[in-house]
Amino acid sequence: MSLVSISGLHKHFGTNHVLKGIDLQVEQGDVIALIGRSGSGKSTLLRTINGLESIDEGELVVDGTALHHGEGDLRALRQKVGMVFQQFNLFPHLTAGQNVMLAPTVVKKLSKKETEDIAKEMLLKVGLSDKFHAFPDQLSGGQQQRVAIARALAMRPKVMLCDEITSALDPELVNEVLAVVQQLAAEGMTLIMVTHEMRFARDVGNKLIFMHHGRIHESGDPRIILADPQTPELANFTRAVM
Amino acid sequence: MAYQFDFAPVLAHTDLLLQGAAATLGLTAAGAVLGIALGVLGAICRAWRIQPFSAAFGVYVEAIRNTPFLVQLFFIFFGLPALGVKLSGWEASILAMVINLGAYSTEIIRAGIEATPHGQMEAAASLALNRAQTFVYVVLRPALARVWPALVSQVIIVMLGSAVCSQIAAEELTFAANFIQSRNFRAFETFFLATALYFAMALLVRQLLMRLGQRFIVGRPR
Amino acid sequence: MFVQFTTWDIVRNLLEGGKWTLALSLIAFVLGGTAGLLVLFLRMARNRVAQALAKGYIELFQGTPLLMQLFIVFFGLPLAGIDVSPWLAAALGLTLFTSAYLAEIWRGCVESVPRGQWEASASLALGFTQQMRHVILPQALRVAIAPTVGFSVQVVKGTAVTSIIGFTELTKTGSMLANATFQPFLVFGLVAAGYFALCYPLSLYAKSLERKFHVAR
Repeated sequence: MSLVSISGLHKHFGTNHVLKGIDLQVEQGDVIALIGRSGSGKSTLLRTINGLESIDEGELVVDGTALHHGEGDLRALRQKVGMVFQQFNLFPHLTAGQNVMLAPTVVKKLSKKETEDIAKEMLLKVGLSDKFHAFPDQLSGGQQQRVAIARALAMRPKVMLCDEITSALDPELVNEVLAVVQQLAAEGMTLIMVTHEMRFARDVGNKLIFMHHGRIHESGDPRIILADPQTPELANFTRAVM
Repeated sequence: MAYQFDFAPVLAHTDLLLQGAAATLGLTAAGAVLGIALGVLGAICRAWRIQPFSAAFGVYVEAIRNTPFLVQLFFIFFGLPALGVKLSGWEASILAMVINLGAYSTEIIRAGIEATPHGQMEAAASLALNRAQTFVYVVLRPALARVWPALVSQVIIVMLGSAVCSQIAAEELTFAANFIQSRNFRAFETFFLATALYFAMALLVRQLLMRLGQRFIVGRPR
Repeated sequence: MFVQFTTWDIVRNLLEGGKWTLALSLIAFVLGGTAGLLVLFLRMARNRVAQALAKGYIELFQGTPLLMQLFIVFFGLPLAGIDVSPWLAAALGLTLFTSAYLAEIWRGCVESVPRGQWEASASLALGFTQQMRHVILPQALRVAIAPTVGFSVQVVKGTAVTSIIGFTELTKTGSMLANATFQPFLVFGLVAAGYFALCYPLSLYAKSLERKFHVAR
């Protein structure tokens, strides 16, 4: 069975029908790039996968934990799904190490020693082992985002969601974050990312999903469909952004 | 003939003034700790709209903020015995200060909680923290840090306001000054020195609380 | 021999006291506002000495109890040969208190006017008073209305403290009635209700002004 299985998913914001029946299967180790214009529903779709947006209709199953409209164990789901945000959203009153340790400590109730080891391991993985005691405002944007990735990894999620994680960064800081994501992909982490980095989507992703007007408009191997779009909408989009 | 200022008859009672000052600081410390604790509780109920507590705290906040501290004090000290609640001057003073500061800090801390960026709540949710964990580990400290200067100012206001507790025989600084001037008939000099003491205490308490806030709430030296 | 008081007697007497609370509040607010404007000008002046004086004045009144300020006026002025009644001491003390707080509130409002406004008006060769009068204050005024109305609540509540120097306003009337009727619970409850009736509308008005201002921005 697929790691993430979405079927018949609908979502409204008031009268605005933003997701109009999404069906999507994500396999273990998939690296999926979600692209589309703003307002196409790509961010909303991503956010439903860990319950930040509720579902009006349809079903979502992550590694056997199901979520129906308004029902389901959100916290069980969220322990399996890591999320990294555009604006980092680090906790400003905690050091990098404490940011990473928080959820393993209070949600998983691990010992201080265990969580410290996890935090060191994860910060090492994102290349910031020397920043354990630094506060977020003492770090560059790229470093903050890498801490945010370490924080999500510390819960040992089955799948990681990345919501435009390089959009708030200065151009020269984008690559250090993408390098970390690329390394995660190489290690077999399942990734779903909303991104504007088309080259990255093509080089690292194994599947590309083009969202348009709340539907999956076109999807497939990024190297193939970016080179040869089957719909005029994707062709227009790639021409505009690449 | 011009009036000759003479502070010596007041300085002869320095020990009484200092005892009174210590009592005022003690009242303030008790009022601040309990009042801010009450404020945190009230702010949670208000910010999360936990009924019926949210509505009750709303009424309480408006009732306290729109009546004078002195009247609250008199009501507690003179009025409550009619309900069988008889309190000493100290007890009534502390209770009145806690209730007064609790109302103001409910509003101050609520504002701090409501200023929490939405992304912080989402980050906590995505890490599977529940509501209580999110509040304790993610929301509370930054919220207190945000409004700490306002809370400190309110504590100072309550401390200065406690001068009226002398009226129900709580033997704090103003009570001591009143006692001294009734003995030496040097009212102006006595109250002048007491005022200077209050002023020094206000500066001291502000410094101290700002430092404590920096150390324990913001969590690192500037 | 005891005089019997009906509840109506109590209310009637409290209303009488309440009139003085209202009168004192109005006087302190109007005179305090005027004096506060003066302090504000000193506080914002380019003269360092004027600035320091105004700053000291504000900090002194914000850093000491209102009761002590009243005592010092009440016991200090006679030493200078000026005879003061509780009424005069109360009015003077509260006026000084109000002026310091309003000056500080208004300073915040003046400082919320962008620097560029000072620079632009200076580049047009306006002097300090002209800048304040024609450019800065009109803009600061919009910001200032809500907190000024909000502070009026503090003034009304502050008048209660003048009962301690013997001014017969609402609280003092209440104390005397409580002693005479042996019904402190009822009397102080009514006194509190009286202050609430004066203050709550002001609080609501301040809040609605603040909301309006934020929407307008």
